Amino acid sequence: MPEYTLRIRRYNPETGEAPYWDQYTVELEPHEAVLTGILAVKNRFDGSLGVRCSCRSAICGSCGMRINGQPGLACNTQVGDAIKKSKDGTNLIEIEPMGNMPVIKDLIVDMDAVHWKKVGRVTPWLLAKQPVPEREYIVPRESMVDVTQTMACIQCGSCVSDCLAMEADPEFIGPAALAKAYRFIGDPRDAQHQQRLDDLANDKHGLYTCTHCFKCIDACPKDVAPMSQIMRLRRLAGQDHHIEDVNNGERHEQAFVVLIKKYGILAEADVVPRSYGGNGITAGKLAPATMQQVVSSLPFMGKALLRGKMKVKDVLIPHRLEKSDLAEVRAIYDTVLGREKRLELNLYITGYDEDGEPTTELASDKEGATA
Amino acid sequence: MPSHDVLIIGAGLAGQRAALEAARAGASVAILSKVHPVRSHSVAAAGGINGAVKVTDSWESHAYDTVKGSDFLGDQDAIEVMCREAPAEILHLEHLGVTFHRNADGQMDARAFGGASEKRTFYVADITGQAILHVLYEQLMKHSEQIDRYEEWFTTSLILNEDGSCGGCIARDIRTGRMEVFNAKSTILASGGAGQIFKPTTNALICTADGMAQAYDIGAQLMDMEMIQYHPTCMMNGFLITEGARGEGAHLINGEGERFMGKYAPNKFELASRDVVSRAEQTEINEGRGAGPDKAGIYLDVTVVPTKRIHEALREIVNLGKDFAGVDITKEPILIRPGQHYIMGGVRTNVDGEVPNLPGLYAAGEVACVSVHGGNRLGANSLLDTLIFGKRSGAHAAARASDVTMPSAPTSRIEVDAKKLAKIISRERTGRRVSEIKDELGTTMNQNCAVYRTQEGLEKQLDIVQRLKEEAKTAAIDDKGTVFNQDVLGHVELEYMTKVAETIVIGALERKESRGAQARADFPDRNDADYLKHYTITGDAEGQPVLGEAPITFTKWEPEVRSY
Repeated sequence: MPEYTLRIRRYNPETGEAPYWDQYTVELEPHEAVLTGILAVKNRFDGSLGVRCSCRSAICGSCGMRINGQPGLACNTQVGDAIKKSKDGTNLIEIEPMGNMPVIKDLIVDMDAVHWKKVGRVTPWLLAKQPVPEREYIVPRESMVDVTQTMACIQCGSCVSDCLAMEADPEFIGPAALAKAYRFIGDPRDAQHQQRLDDLANDKHGLYTCTHCFKCIDACPKDVAPMSQIMRLRRLAGQDHHIEDVNNGERHEQAFVVLIKKYGILAEADVVPRSYGGNGITAGKLAPATMQQVVSSLPFMGKALLRGKMKVKDVLIPHRLEKSDLAEVRAIYDTVLGREKRLELNLYITGYDEDGEPTTELASDKEGATA
Repeated sequence: MPSHDVLIIGAGLAGQRAALEAARAGASVAILSKVHPVRSHSVAAAGGINGAVKVTDSWESHAYDTVKGSDFLGDQDAIEVMCREAPAEILHLEHLGVTFHRNADGQMDARAFGGASEKRTFYVADITGQAILHVLYEQLMKHSEQIDRYEEWFTTSLILNEDGSCGGCIARDIRTGRMEVFNAKSTILASGGAGQIFKPTTNALICTADGMAQAYDIGAQLMDMEMIQYHPTCMMNGFLITEGARGEGAHLINGEGERFMGKYAPNKFELASRDVVSRAEQTEINEGRGAGPDKAGIYLDVTVVPTKRIHEALREIVNLGKDFAGVDITKEPILIRPGQHYIMGGVRTNVDGEVPNLPGLYAAGEVACVSVHGGNRLGANSLLDTLIFGKRSGAHAAARASDVTMPSAPTSRIEVDAKKLAKIISRERTGRRVSEIKDELGTTMNQNCAVYRTQEGLEKQLDIVQRLKEEAKTAAIDDKGTVFNQDVLGHVELEYMTKVAETIVIGALERKESRGAQARADFPDRNDADYLKHYTITGDAEGQPVLGEAPITFTKWEPEVRSY
């Protein structure tokens, strides 16, 4: 059996010493789980190694941690895969506690202080439509399959661990809790979609704080795709529930949509007025909110001009794509906007056809499905 | 010192359901668990939950299937209660927000399951337990003013009042090492099963027989302990593949390419009850017709199920196959074998969860034995068991609380447990580690007390278990700290497990017949004349096991020949 070196981040709150690394060598088959290795260390070398784990089959969500820099579950990360990200190209596996949460001991972090507190912010229970029926609620088949994707979240914290927006703004509700919010907003039995979306869109650290970095999608061991759920919430809030949020989030998104359709490429100087003032040719530029934003951004813009990151010419004359390229961009718009219903991707529904070949079958969004 | 009307130990489905029901009845509630509630092992239940919800189905049919599944060892009054209350409970869960799978008309859809005469297993893909557990936890958060949650608290013992009633528990905050007395008028044990006594097992690392041992220590009866369920489809590393796979139509194939279940269950094939299918597989393997490199397994062929349906309804096992065996189950069969999965036995209770000789103590879920599963539990009846008897325990415990005064254990009572833990932590390291002893316990139990059992093997196992029970008392640990000292808790768990393992082996030795999951190679037939009864085991003053008997309750159904 091949040997693997487990380099484990240790921290004992009782000694007053700083965190340190311990190193152990264990024999494992490449298909065995990193957790198997950690438990071998705990059972054979050092029983004081602190690690939460229970089911060993990726359903209880206890063993979230960073493995060679990648957040995920130790129980469903095979050592053979883990070493592909090894720092020195050898069988070295570096194991650290999750990020964005305080460490209690070794690999154990305080999920209550961060993750569960954030879950509490999305009113995490069904606010059921009244009256409650005698039998089950009659709802579209696809809607239940759809919310089951977010129901599949095991609250392991892997996405929270590496959320960049949360690193910048610790108050951000974050990927897991927002995915949980979709679980209710996507559920046709819930009566408070408008209120929930309103709360999330207008929260200063809510829907529009996500910076679209894909880290949470990459981290999630259950394919919940938290960022995709956040984007769906934005579409529901802005396009379907017409919520004009105090964060200018919806307008900011629409500014991108309009500008890229127009020029085929982003006209940066136009983004600020459209996001803050209004998404028209002149309306945004004259709005007081735009003025405020421009004035407060002057030092930043000054620096950019000095260092050549921004040119006066580009501000006045937006760049534009070649005509043929622009036509292709617009063709994408025509296809997407030409659909009768907005299409949303859902992993539970996006299936495979009978002979096993992947298809690009898309599930209609719940709003469309209930219509 | 926390005091509550109702204290619940364990926060899986039974515990959470009990907490919600007790709170609904107006009681002040504490729910205490050694792991965060959503980590509880109920989360792993995949396939679904049974109930005669459809208007074309009847609870009597469900009850008969359960009685037959139990090989007529189940108590029929309790089975009637469970099956009669099932439809309302499932609809209640739906109203709380469980995302049950729907049919094209938007009604809840059911799938076929083993031993059932109707499609009555309601499901959420293959994460039914997780979906229900998380929805109940949403409700705990919603009702947090009435329900105090003590997450990551480890119970070290139950409190026995001077008048012989149960007065709560002593527990340790795992995070800080602080110990507390939890006074309670009613205490509900909902701490789950004992699968870690076996290796391999489908059960989580936390399933260490805690509640059974704690109740046994204060005089409760353990009943039907010999009845250990081996699940027919476990991956070679022990992980569970849901019965839903066979419910959706998957086949079992032996090493000779034969779909062999017809020989053992000519009508139900792969959907016979679990004990029957596990024995069939084991027989094929024992007689040299196994599959795989050492002919030690059987093929589960899911490829006969339409691929799209696999992705929609069995997605979790697609991932399991890929992540843990490197097999794409949509394209090729996967090697499986029977594996320890569930214990039908447990703390003896009545239909309200009351432990007969211990007023104020209740048990519900896998820790309990009502007995609704008898010799063999039907798939998707365990979720139902946890919820129905969790609910009933919660209601009864709350009602009791309005009639009795709050007990108050002296704080000195903490010292008994605190000293015990301190002694383990400070002891000189001698002898084998906890992990080594646990390993020997699990491996030998799986050799000598598994699908097929013999007098010789069981006698040998009794010696082993009794030796390990002594050795466990002085096992070695490393951790000298207080914060998250999982090592010392592992030591306590090992003591629980060896104690309960002994009762399992004693039960299996005593029942010299084959009934349900108890298959004695030396007594291959069911013997209703001598063994149509429960065995109970209690601890005497020295903690030594004492065997007893209890009658089976019959209502409608006389024992008959059991075939599928």
